[in-house]
Amino acid sequence: MKTILYILQKEFRQIFREKAMLVIILVIPMVQLLILSFTATFEIKNTNISILDHDHSVESRNLINKFSGSPFFTISSFYDSYDKGVEALKSGKTHQLLIIQPHFEKDLQRDGKGKVMIITDAINGSAASIMSAYAHSILFDFNKQILIEHYPNLSLSDPIQITVSNWYNPRLNYITYMVPGILVLLVTIIGMFLSGMNVVKEKELGTIEQINVTPIKKYQFIIGKLLPFWIIAMFEFSFGLFLARFVFGVPMLGSLALQLGTVSVYLVVVLSFGLFVSTITETMQQAMFISWFFMVIFILMSGLFTPVESMPDWAQTVNKLNPISYFIQINRMIMLKGSVFSDFTRQFYSLVVYAVLMLSLSVWRYRKVA
Amino acid sequence: MTTERPKVIEVKHLVKKFGNFVANDNLTFDVKQGEIFGFLGANGAGKTTAIKILCGLQSPTSGEIKVAGFDVYRQTNLIKRNIGYMSQKFSLYEDLSVSQNFEFYGGIYGLSRKQIKERTSYFLEKLELTNEANKILKEIPLGWKQKLAFSVAILHHPKIVFLDEPTGGVDPVTRRQFWEMIYEAANEGITIFVTTHYMDEAEYCERVSIMVDGRIEALDTPAMLKQQYGASSMNEVFLRLARAQSAEQ
Repeated sequence: MKTILYILQKEFRQIFREKAMLVIILVIPMVQLLILSFTATFEIKNTNISILDHDHSVESRNLINKFSGSPFFTISSFYDSYDKGVEALKSGKTHQLLIIQPHFEKDLQRDGKGKVMIITDAINGSAASIMSAYAHSILFDFNKQILIEHYPNLSLSDPIQITVSNWYNPRLNYITYMVPGILVLLVTIIGMFLSGMNVVKEKELGTIEQINVTPIKKYQFIIGKLLPFWIIAMFEFSFGLFLARFVFGVPMLGSLALQLGTVSVYLVVVLSFGLFVSTITETMQQAMFISWFFMVIFILMSGLFTPVESMPDWAQTVNKLNPISYFIQINRMIMLKGSVFSDFTRQFYSLVVYAVLMLSLSVWRYRKVA
Repeated sequence: MTTERPKVIEVKHLVKKFGNFVANDNLTFDVKQGEIFGFLGANGAGKTTAIKILCGLQSPTSGEIKVAGFDVYRQTNLIKRNIGYMSQKFSLYEDLSVSQNFEFYGGIYGLSRKQIKERTSYFLEKLELTNEANKILKEIPLGWKQKLAFSVAILHHPKIVFLDEPTGGVDPVTRRQFWEMIYEAANEGITIFVTTHYMDEAEYCERVSIMVDGRIEALDTPAMLKQQYGASSMNEVFLRLARAQSAEQ
């Protein structure tokens, strides 16, 4: 026990000696949290739409007004030729083209059928489908309005009344959804890199050789190496929660103790993963690349940006090995749903198994290296 | 005169192989308590491998080896408790201060706070470094750092201290002072197991072994070796053995 305290004292002294490192550890993740949370959003608040009005009639103007009145659209230009419109789409000056055919109004009044066309820049598929959906709903409204004007006697009430209510995130606020996930990401990156770089740094400098001839036991060494970063990451997570609550106004419905309890297990997984990487590498550069390899896969598959459920089956199976995915689920459940322990026992025990496994692996590997 | 002292290192038929390469080929030797034992050999002769085995950092392929009375196969942790080690490469923490390094190593060898304090001030006074106690090691010249590393290696009063080329890159005056420290430690009963490339240092040793290509080719006191090879200095003895080897090849 005393030995561990001496290792801890040494580690903290080294961490606090390096002022630049302290800034990296404590300030950068918070800046990232602030920036990412405001920017990592799939909401399309502003679509630049350009208009090709070949009709120039009252009805076509009514339709255009519908778009200009919507908060989701900004009319960027009016063009008189199709080619110019396509040119604008190509150069990225506009995201969508609304093309109103000649005789739109006349057709509408005579045949009850008018034609418009919408072309969407679909390089980003998900953004494109959102923009199309917005345009659709405007056209749907416009259609309804025409029906009311032209056939005032027609009963327009739908046979089935739909009431949609969004639970757990009633305003579909992206910040509410993203912040708990991004917070997990940041403590993961910090934890994995710090613990991953630490042992390998001692290898590079040769100081580990001096340690290896001392009677330090493997478990003492591993605990002494993990605990300082565990404490730092716990502190960081708590501070991030504070920002989430008071800067972003993310609701915290679940128990704070439960949340800190689960993150404490999760951090063991992350830190021992980093430690394991540093036992199988010889230089900080190698450790860096291997850590990044796993981090990028874990992050992209974590369900932070895209739902895990829509991934192919094999990916969902692979994802069973992804600790970030488990903890993002748990963290969102506790914060946004107020879930209790029995709601996520499966995820939690998966993390426990993971922690035990990674810890034993890194102790075992360290023994071989020594 | 040496016969009555107990043996602290006993090596019988030590063999260490890395694949097909034989790094240590059937080494047999003893080191007695309080002895200064010079372990010489050209670069790549297998000295560092042998030291690592004796320190419990690597396990031998075969052979019977006891260090400080403990078996190198099963009792490495007991061995580590009883030895000190100073590697070729400086391996104290450069980003910690002098006294913090002492405190850390004292602590993990299980010294009490009081003992750590006493031993630290003892060594700092001896090295005339008391005023530099709070300087971080980066700012201290190499010669002093080597002396500090030696002090840290014997901080916990080990039975044996292994020094792997402790004076590499150090100026002659500091080397002299370093050897004075070695003598002092030996007088306190600490056995010194030292490798070096400086043949004048070999003359300071009580007994010397010379390794060539993984084997011990000669082992005796410097005086006896010089007599045996009809040489006037250890340098000549060493060159003769090393040249005989290259002539064979």
